[in-house]
Amino acid sequence: MSSDTITEPATTAAGDPAEPKVVPTRHYARWAAGAAVVVLVAQFVHGLATNPVWEWHVFRDYVFSETIVQAVWVTLQLTAYATVLGFLLGTVLAFMRLSRSPVLSTVAWTYIWIFRSIPMIVQLVFWFNLSALYRELGVGIPFGPVFWSVDSNTLIGTIGAAVIGLTLHQAAYAAEIVRGGVIAVDHGQLEAAAALGIPRLRQIRRIVLPQAMRAILPTAGNEIVGLLKGTSVVYVMSIGELFYQVQVIYGRNGRVIPLLLVATAWYVVLTSVLSVAQYYVERRYARGADRTPPPTPLQRARRFVTKEST
Amino acid sequence: MSAVMVDVHGVHKNFGPLQVLRGVDLTVRAGEVTVVLGPSGSGKSTLLRTINHLEKVDRGWISIDGELIGYRRSGNKLHELKEKDVLKQRTHIGFVFQNFNLFPHLTVLENLVEAPVSALRRPRRDAEETARRLLERVGLADKTGAYPRQLSGGQQQRVAIARALALEPKVLLFDEPTSALDPELVGEVLDVIKDLARTGTTMIVVTHEIGFAREVADTVVFMDGGVVVEQGPPSAVLDAPRHERTRAFLSKVL
Repeated sequence: MSSDTITEPATTAAGDPAEPKVVPTRHYARWAAGAAVVVLVAQFVHGLATNPVWEWHVFRDYVFSETIVQAVWVTLQLTAYATVLGFLLGTVLAFMRLSRSPVLSTVAWTYIWIFRSIPMIVQLVFWFNLSALYRELGVGIPFGPVFWSVDSNTLIGTIGAAVIGLTLHQAAYAAEIVRGGVIAVDHGQLEAAAALGIPRLRQIRRIVLPQAMRAILPTAGNEIVGLLKGTSVVYVMSIGELFYQVQVIYGRNGRVIPLLLVATAWYVVLTSVLSVAQYYVERRYARGADRTPPPTPLQRARRFVTKEST
Repeated sequence: MSAVMVDVHGVHKNFGPLQVLRGVDLTVRAGEVTVVLGPSGSGKSTLLRTINHLEKVDRGWISIDGELIGYRRSGNKLHELKEKDVLKQRTHIGFVFQNFNLFPHLTVLENLVEAPVSALRRPRRDAEETARRLLERVGLADKTGAYPRQLSGGQQQRVAIARALALEPKVLLFDEPTSALDPELVGEVLDVIKDLARTGTTMIVVTHEIGFAREVADTVVFMDGGVVVEQGPPSAVLDAPRHERTRAFLSKVL
């Protein structure tokens, strides 16, 4: 009995040539690099904690202060408006550019050409100074009498000018992103939809766009994150968004570094939230693309902990 | 003799300098199955695509059940129809593609329901009921909630056939329905098409399956170089072809 338990593993491990033992590759360099990274990170964190320049108490005082939280809210609003309006206009422009009508495609091409050519900051200053260019905006017969007009400053306002500027700029880029997604959809899909007699708009909304989303989303995510931080250029219009307020505060008290940290922290947090949202939106549009959808990070973590094999 | 369902008259089609169709005439009567054979590049697929106006013809005309496709006639002029009206005409013409072209982001049931609801404005509930019945008919009643990529090629093509039937078309066009399939899956798709033939569906089938043509076709059409070389019952065209080109083709594929 006892001799059995000793000899049996010995035969399978060494004695049976048909079942050789697998020795996994040893990654010595990986371990060394890992150790080096740990040291570097430790140094950096140690510096953050001990170097007095960062002035963490100032950071603490300001990070949730009313002014800053309000400024974050303005940043979020500008981002949301410019994203939604920019992508709506961009989607329309994309389909205009793909349209068989030469008028529509030329108009869209020209729009994209112009608004990609003008730096956003220049465009914003133009909108900010719209009243200098056109004091009044009105409706009437072209080159003829005007029936109704309004002072351009009262119509638009500073925030309005910022939203218009960001939107028009964003739309040009969004148009190209959406167009890229649409032309990536298999041509057979449109043929099948046309052969079934599905109305044109419905073809776009129900068949083409959902499939185009797979290609649109990663780049669109990039654009939205870029826009979130890009809203900081509206500081030229003295709008109280995050970067502008931080500048105002350190202009007053001279604590430049901790206040820039405040802005950085908020931008990082907001970008992280957007990235997580992007992951789940992408997952939703991947329906039907794979036989079995990939696990969410949460499911993956749980599986890692419970050691289930994938 | 039953009424003429599909009438193709003197159809020409060029792609740039390439003449793909050079005057094709074809008549298909209601309830008949027409199988179109021919070497690749002979224009069979293009002919099929002109019938539902996926390709515009350069000369000639096509009518289905007496209605001109893609044009409106007034006096001696043909006016091009708007896309909206062409789309409406296509709901009478079922089309089955070589590569299935199912909508991969929609479930099998949604694939079948989409066109009846959006093009024919059927109530969703009725469309779903019809869809389930059709899926049962092609032997896929248990796959309503599956996505197309979860199915085998043969299953996908059967779903595609059911999708075309969901509009209750007057005629069904098949563009090499089994060419993208593994050999062992061809049979299940051909069985579905044979079943449709038995129940009197008007069909035009472009295929390379000679055995299928012999068994199912009322008329076999042999095309080469953009023209119909000969046509007739399978016994005539397949067993006693009159033209040298038909004989040469059959000797290669049989």
